[in-house]
This record gives sequence, structure tokens and C-alpha cells, in this order.
Amino acid sequence: MKELKITPIRNGTVIDHIKPGMALKVLKILDISNESGKEVAIAMFTKSDKLGKKDLVKVEDMELRPRDVNKLAILTPNATISIIRDFKVAKKFKVELPDQVEGIARCENLNCITNQREPVLPRLIRISDDPPLYRCYYCGRQQSDVTSNII
Amino acid sequence: MTLKGKDIVNIDDLSLQEIETILDSARRMVDIAKGRKGSNALEGKILASLFFEPSTRTRLSFETAMQRLGGGVITIAGQEGSSLIKGETLADTIRMADGYSDIIVMRHPREGAARMSATFSENPVINGGDGAGQHPTQTLLDLFTMREKFGRIDGLHVTLVGDLRYGRTTHSLSLALARMGASMSFVSPDIIRMPDHIVNDVKELGVEVNMTNDLKAEVPGSDVIYMTRIQKERFAEEEEYLKVAHSFRIEQGILENAKREMIIMHPLPRVDEIDPSVDFTSHARYFEQAFNGVPVRMALLKLVLEGE
Ligand SMILES: Nc1ncnc2c1ncn2[C@@H]1O[C@H](COP(=O)(O)OP(=O)(O)O)[C@@H](O)[C@H]1O
Ligand SMILES: [Zn+2]
Repeated sequence: MKELKITPIRNGTVIDHIKPGMALKVLKILDISNESGKEVAIAMFTKSDKLGKKDLVKVEDMELRPRDVNKLAILTPNATISIIRDFKVAKKFKVELPDQVEGIARCENLNCITNQREPVLPRLIRISDDPPLYRCYYCGRQQSDVTSNII
Repeated sequence: MTLKGKDIVNIDDLSLQEIETILDSARRMVDIAKGRKGSNALEGKILASLFFEPSTRTRLSFETAMQRLGGGVITIAGQEGSSLIKGETLADTIRMADGYSDIIVMRHPREGAARMSATFSENPVINGGDGAGQHPTQTLLDLFTMREKFGRIDGLHVTLVGDLRYGRTTHSLSLALARMGASMSFVSPDIIRMPDHIVNDVKELGVEVNMTNDLKAEVPGSDVIYMTRIQKERFAEEEEYLKVAHSFRIEQGILENAKREMIIMHPLPRVDEIDPSVDFTSHARYFEQAFNGVPVRMALLKLVLEGE
């Protein structure tokens, strides 16, 4: 019954169990646009047993890099990723909240040294899982919404 | 346990035992700090004192501390500091200063500057204030002042007064006091009261706090009254500021019901919040507190450079 509207892909990635309404943001943080030349299918607000509702994104001919997985984990911590090779699910895993991320999201404190012209990547340390909260390694600021500062 | 080579960026970087070690060592430094005894404990060592933002007490007391122990000092301060910020990255300045010295003390207008510098410097970095962030040596000298007077921190009742929202000294001080077992009252106008996250952290450490705007009522129960400056810019109306400034002020009248041993502290500079007539009472401890910056910073320099 599910995702019948979406045609199978030969090679690519399926990002499933995305928090409802977040699919477009997923494309944005993965930097996928018309210019990237990849075919994308999106389903939003579809029914799912686990979450009630969910979004889903399929991208052809793309495999995620570790930093992309970390970005996804921060944006939507319940997402599952399936790597499709030759129409089959070659690998499937759930994203995991990283203990710390470097160069993934900016510190929300505008006066933080990492927001200056310095040769340093922003680094956020996780201080709790539910809700997932992060603190800047450099200035110590607890981040109120990491998802809106993903680079 | 050794502090040798350790960066001192945040008071939380120090365990209670490390704090005690620093305070004990500071006591042994007092005679040298006063010039009654000489020392060449840090002979041949050089402190790079990098002040990208103005400072009087912190910079002078660090430089005095280093020289009292026989060490040398190289300095960036004033105009030079601010133009350096425009000219090159902090990372580059730090790498250069690191090569010229054995230890760096710095103040910078951006939060996180000291932590970042510590990652670029091979030698230890001591934070002398980063923007609205941390100022750990102020906390250490505040703790030292209280401990020298009462012989302990545990069980004291400390009343923090004034701008508790933006005043960075009171944030790290209240967390350190809570870790060391002091109870507290936070006395301030509502709009500049202690931020919730600090209040929560203090309570989580199992410490009682009383939040109020009635200074007079807190005087009799206090062992320490820690005053801070309320800045005019925090208020929309001059009139409102004047009203507030008046009710969060210490003058002799309010001290009638104070404990005999109670001490009044202030990180200085003060404006009007302590009436000058209070300076001559046995309660006044703020000038001694400012002096205490020297032995405490001597202890820290020696422990971080030599390990003992
Ligand atoms: N060849 C394919 N093309 C496109 N999507 C696929 C393909 N194979 C599996 N998928 C999708 O990848 C996700 C993971 O697959 P599966 O392990 O079967 O899912 P589920 O999360 O329902 O257990 C599902 O959303 C599924 O529809
Ligand atoms: Zn930061």
C-alpha cells in the first residue's frame, strides 16, 4: 500500500521516517537542487505505523557521506536510510545522534569566535538525547535550535 | 593531580580539589605578593599578556604576579590589541605569541576566544575574560577572599546583588559556590535577575536559593554580600534606573542588622552601589579582594608552569 506513487530507483538513497513536514529541509541540508542534476521523489505526510505520519525522500544516484548522515540525525533523529543498489536495499540503517559534530552546524551565538573569520570549524557537543540538546564547545552556549543552523 | 600545562578557560575545568590546591597555594604567595619576601620561582619564564579588550585589574595583577615570581612579561594591550584584531586572525596572533612565551593570558571580546586559542597554542592558555563568557580567575580570587575570612566556603550564606543577568562574574561564582556547598540569595530588579539556566544548575547541585528584590531583608542572614554594578543602559528610562539603583545600594544604615563578621565584596569598578562611608567599616572587603587577584594569579601561574 505504501509509496506506490513513487517509482523504484535503480541506484540511490531512500531517506525514510523523516519527521513530517521536514522533507524539503532534508533536500536543503543535503544541498540537492535542480543544479545537482539528481532525480528526486518526495512523499510528505504519509501514514506510518511508527510515527503516525512521516515524510520520505528518494534520491537517485547519490550515496550519503558521513557528514550528511550527521546532518540528518540532527534534523530528524528517527530517519532511516536505505542504500539502493540495483533495485535492492543493499544497506539499511537508522541515523544515530552523534555525541559531537564539527562543521555541521553553526553556533547560534553571533558573538562566538567560531562565527568570526578564524580557521576553526564550529563544534557542538551533545548534552542530552531527549530532547537532543547541544552546547558549543568554544563559547559554551546551549543551542536552542540546531536544526536551523545546519551549514 | 597536577595542574601543569593545563588550560584554564572555564571555572568548571577545575575540580574542587584543584580549586583547593590553588587557594592553598595562593595563601603561601601573600607575603611575596606584598613584597615582603622575594621569589625567583618563575625565573626565565615569560608570560604573554594579550589584552584585545581593555582591562585594568586583570592585566595589571597578572603582570605583577609574574614579575613577583621573577618571570618576564610581554604585552599586547590597548589600541594595539584592537587593531591586531582587525589585522590578522586570533589564531595567527596566538601561534606567534605561543612561540615567544611559556604561557598566555588573554582577554578577548568574543565568547569562546580562549578555548579556541588553547587549541592553537602548545603552551597553556589562561582566560582573562572572553566577551560575555567566562572569567575564571575572578571566581578564584572571590573564593579565596571568602575562604581567607571564614576558613571555609561550605555552609556560608552568600547574597549576590545587582545585575545578575548580564554580570558574568556572578554566573560562574554562583556555580562554584554551589559546588562548594554555600547557600545563596539572588537580589536584583526583576528585569536583570539571574538567568533560569543558572538558577536551575545551582538547584541541581542541591543548594537552596532565595530570589528576591528586597536587599534589606537579606542583610541579617548573610555572611557575604557580593555587590555588582547595575548599568544604566539596561533601562529604558533614566527614572526607572535611578529608582532601582537606589534600592540596590549599600549604605551604613542598611548594615545595622548585619552579622558582625559579614563581609561586603565587589569585583570593582563600582559606581554608586556602595556608599564610600562603608569603606571604613569592618565589613568592607573589596580592596583586599582586588589585591587578592595578585596571590591567586601567582599561585595559578606557578601551578600551571611548574606543577607545584
Ligand atoms: N528499488 C527501490 N527503489 C525505491 N525505493 C525503494 C527501493 N527498495 C526499497 N525502497 C524503499 O526504501 C525504504 C526501505 O526499505 P524497506 O527496508 O523495505 O522499508 P521499511 O522501512 O518499510 O522496513 C522503503 O521506504 C522502501 O519503499
Ligand atoms: Zn559558540
